[in-house]
Amino acid sequence: MAAAAAAVLAACQGQTLDTSPPASVRPLNGSLTASDPAQLQTDDGQWVMPAKNYSSTRFSGLNQITTANVSRLGVAWTFSTGMVAGHEAAPLVVGSTMFVVTPFPNIVYAFDLSRPGAPLKWQYDPKPLGASKGVACCDTVNRGAVYADGAIFFNTLDGRTIALDAATGQPRWITPLADINKGESMTMAPLVVKGKVLVGNSGGEFGVRGWLTALDAGSGSIAWRAYSTGPDKDVLIGPSFTPHYDGDRGKDLGMTTWPGEAWRTGGGTVWGWISYDPELNLLYYGTANPGPWNPDQRPGDNKWTAGIFARVPETGEARWFYQTSPHDLFDHDGVNEVVLANLAVDGQQRKVAMRADRNGLFYVLDRATGEVLSAAPFGYVNSNRGVDMKTGRLIEVKEKAPRLGVVVRDICPAAPGMKDWQPMSFSPQTGLVYIPHQNLCEDLETMTTSYIAGTPFVGASVVYKAGPGGNRGVVTAWNPVSAQPAWTIKEHFPVWSGTLVTAGDVLFYGTMDGWFKAVNAKSGEELWRFKCGSGIIGQPVSYRGPDGRQYVAVLAGVGGWAGAIVSADLDPRDATAGNGWGGALADLKDATTRGGMLYVFAIGGGQ
Amino acid sequence: MSRLRGLAAAALAGSLLGSASCRDVRVIRVCADPNNLPFSNEAREGFENRIAALLAADRGARLEYTWWAQRRGFVRNTLQAGACDVVMGVPSGFEPTRTSRPYYRSTYVFAARRDRGARLASLDDPRLRELRIGVQMIGDDFANTPPAHALARRGLVRNVVGFPVYGDYSRPAPLSAIVDAVDRGDVDAAVVWGPAAGYFAKAAQHPLELTPVSPQGDSPALPFVFDISMGVRRGDAGLQAELDDFIGRRRADIDRILDDYGVPRIEGGR
Repeated sequence: MAAAAAAVLAACQGQTLDTSPPASVRPLNGSLTASDPAQLQTDDGQWVMPAKNYSSTRFSGLNQITTANVSRLGVAWTFSTGMVAGHEAAPLVVGSTMFVVTPFPNIVYAFDLSRPGAPLKWQYDPKPLGASKGVACCDTVNRGAVYADGAIFFNTLDGRTIALDAATGQPRWITPLADINKGESMTMAPLVVKGKVLVGNSGGEFGVRGWLTALDAGSGSIAWRAYSTGPDKDVLIGPSFTPHYDGDRGKDLGMTTWPGEAWRTGGGTVWGWISYDPELNLLYYGTANPGPWNPDQRPGDNKWTAGIFARVPETGEARWFYQTSPHDLFDHDGVNEVVLANLAVDGQQRKVAMRADRNGLFYVLDRATGEVLSAAPFGYVNSNRGVDMKTGRLIEVKEKAPRLGVVVRDICPAAPGMKDWQPMSFSPQTGLVYIPHQNLCEDLETMTTSYIAGTPFVGASVVYKAGPGGNRGVVTAWNPVSAQPAWTIKEHFPVWSGTLVTAGDVLFYGTMDGWFKAVNAKSGEELWRFKCGSGIIGQPVSYRGPDGRQYVAVLAGVGGWAGAIVSADLDPRDATAGNGWGGALADLKDATTRGGMLYVFAIGGGQ
Repeated sequence: MSRLRGLAAAALAGSLLGSASCRDVRVIRVCADPNNLPFSNEAREGFENRIAALLAADRGARLEYTWWAQRRGFVRNTLQAGACDVVMGVPSGFEPTRTSRPYYRSTYVFAARRDRGARLASLDDPRLRELRIGVQMIGDDFANTPPAHALARRGLVRNVVGFPVYGDYSRPAPLSAIVDAVDRGDVDAAVVWGPAAGYFAKAAQHPLELTPVSPQGDSPALPFVFDISMGVRRGDAGLQAELDDFIGRRRADIDRILDDYGVPRIEGGR
């Protein structure tokens, strides 16, 4: 395991990769006996967690598909999921089996890759409560499963974490965690570290209190739970908590940076991604926006929302925290993924954590301490002026702050941020980070009359629109050392899919109108495109099949927060539909329709 | 909608025959929350259930329900999906629907225990700075409940206790939590939408005082008084006209039901 960890770190340091896997971690040819995700993540033949590895690089070391031959990519096989909500999950490949988890009702499908057309081995229907759809803020998505110890772990929208035997699809245990009656749901992909399944809740729009929970992978019992708000004992803050900045030090800041007892309904949910550094033995994950959205109701920094926690996996105790958006004004959830790499910063080799934040800044942090090494805008930002490098605080632009009763115009980025949940990738070969993101601004009115018969008929006052240039999406290849873009691709619609980068220097991503694209990772030059049946908001992955060929797989099926206008059939004439997306994506209905389909590609297609 | 015109004709035929067992009997389909007292529940114990029953009787129709929690997507998944035709309580002019004439006008109220003597009426009462005030909170689109906005505008946030607007849906009356908190003394007062306050105050252990919030609005954009109508699909002019007629003729019966449930009302709503 130490060797495996070293291999990952070596990859992060930009050394040339030996793409043939070590004998111990070769593809398993159908057996599901290998168990430790720390080992499996280094095998480029497989893809056992959505982010590929603990460093969350989404980099495949496979190099059969290259910039020279990717134009011959063709469909190898497909599978219709039968669902019409947004498909955000990453397919997993373990040995010769592929696993896919769908949006609500969260069916898990297992495919036998060793047989022609990859027939279904089994499927499992967890039958989540229909009422959970009513507490899903932004379509009924699921961001994927994870494999470890012979089991597939995933979350259901109605708040259960389930372990299935990977060979048979039989449940090993089912642990109810989130309570839909309190507005909680679960949409994130778990991560398994040292025998613990890490899961968090969704529902920041419903007055919930965010948490990350560790379950014993064998039994499903709760090992620890760390809340994102409240007293230190609930947040698992103890003597070893040593944040870099003064503003994060003090007793019970998770209570005292809130008015009264507002922390009890203060959001800070954990619905994004988790990374892990085996060497420092630290988990990294983001906490979502504070609730309610309206900042006037919660003066103070609102800790520990909209920031990044570093915790010890065994106990959950916090080591450091960094708040990207103190007293968040714009729904700038801090849940985006944290990508780990070792970079030369100012001539010094540093262990860094990289984050392309909702607030528009690309952060490079020292991942041992949480110190900000750089924070630069990766798109057009006018609501902040970067970070005060002395205090670590975001410098806000007063004129763009929400004011009661006033329509504040052209706030950039908009509420979904410069980038939302859609994960970026990092190539140790090019040294570039590939960011799928938005180019959206918004008009915001903070005072809307809401009639409340105990329940919200939601009034809305947010309207999103294209940012400068008129294109609503961008793929940015970002150099994290120089804090400059290497190249960008403008897209018509927001790029709501993840990116995948490979050792063949090919970058893959999907568009909301259904194009699956391959571009040169060094130059951004488009090399290949394929039109899928529905818009793509999933996460592409790559694996080596039992036949030795390299494959690329992605789920199509438009939806999610951005695409709900199509998946939920909202009225595009209402600019505020879908929390402000209606106006920004009124033309999406003319470009694509809903429907989930798994696409698997190989050179020469299904030959 | 031609289907509804057909139903109206069938209803006429049904009432002429005076037989509920007639196979052409009209059906009125109501979209409602199965767990939202005092408004509605699956046992049909809410005042909106009672008024719907009155409507059905008035039209000689049979009543059917499509149940759906009143959260995001309620109108979309029920009324707009064609699963039912009437939502019994929406604010007049509620944009996703076509609304009937109002059938009552209510207000946010201060709810406080009589034995504590808080007796608040104005949002500008200086005692609001010291008292613990319960208020319902939501977190969508920077919008919030009118009282939450009003208190924040006055800088009153530190002593405000937020209650998630959905309550705990696993309990029989999710909306009761905020009034229960007043009853128990967990908060000194709460700002609550009138119909909920009136109903839960009737069941409280301690006598509660309910006083309409004044001023009636902080600004045109932030009123505390709302006219309440029935909502139908935007194109459903025929059904709207029928509801308008019902509301006009049966006002006294509707008022009696609202009185039974303790719904505080403000004049001028019709």
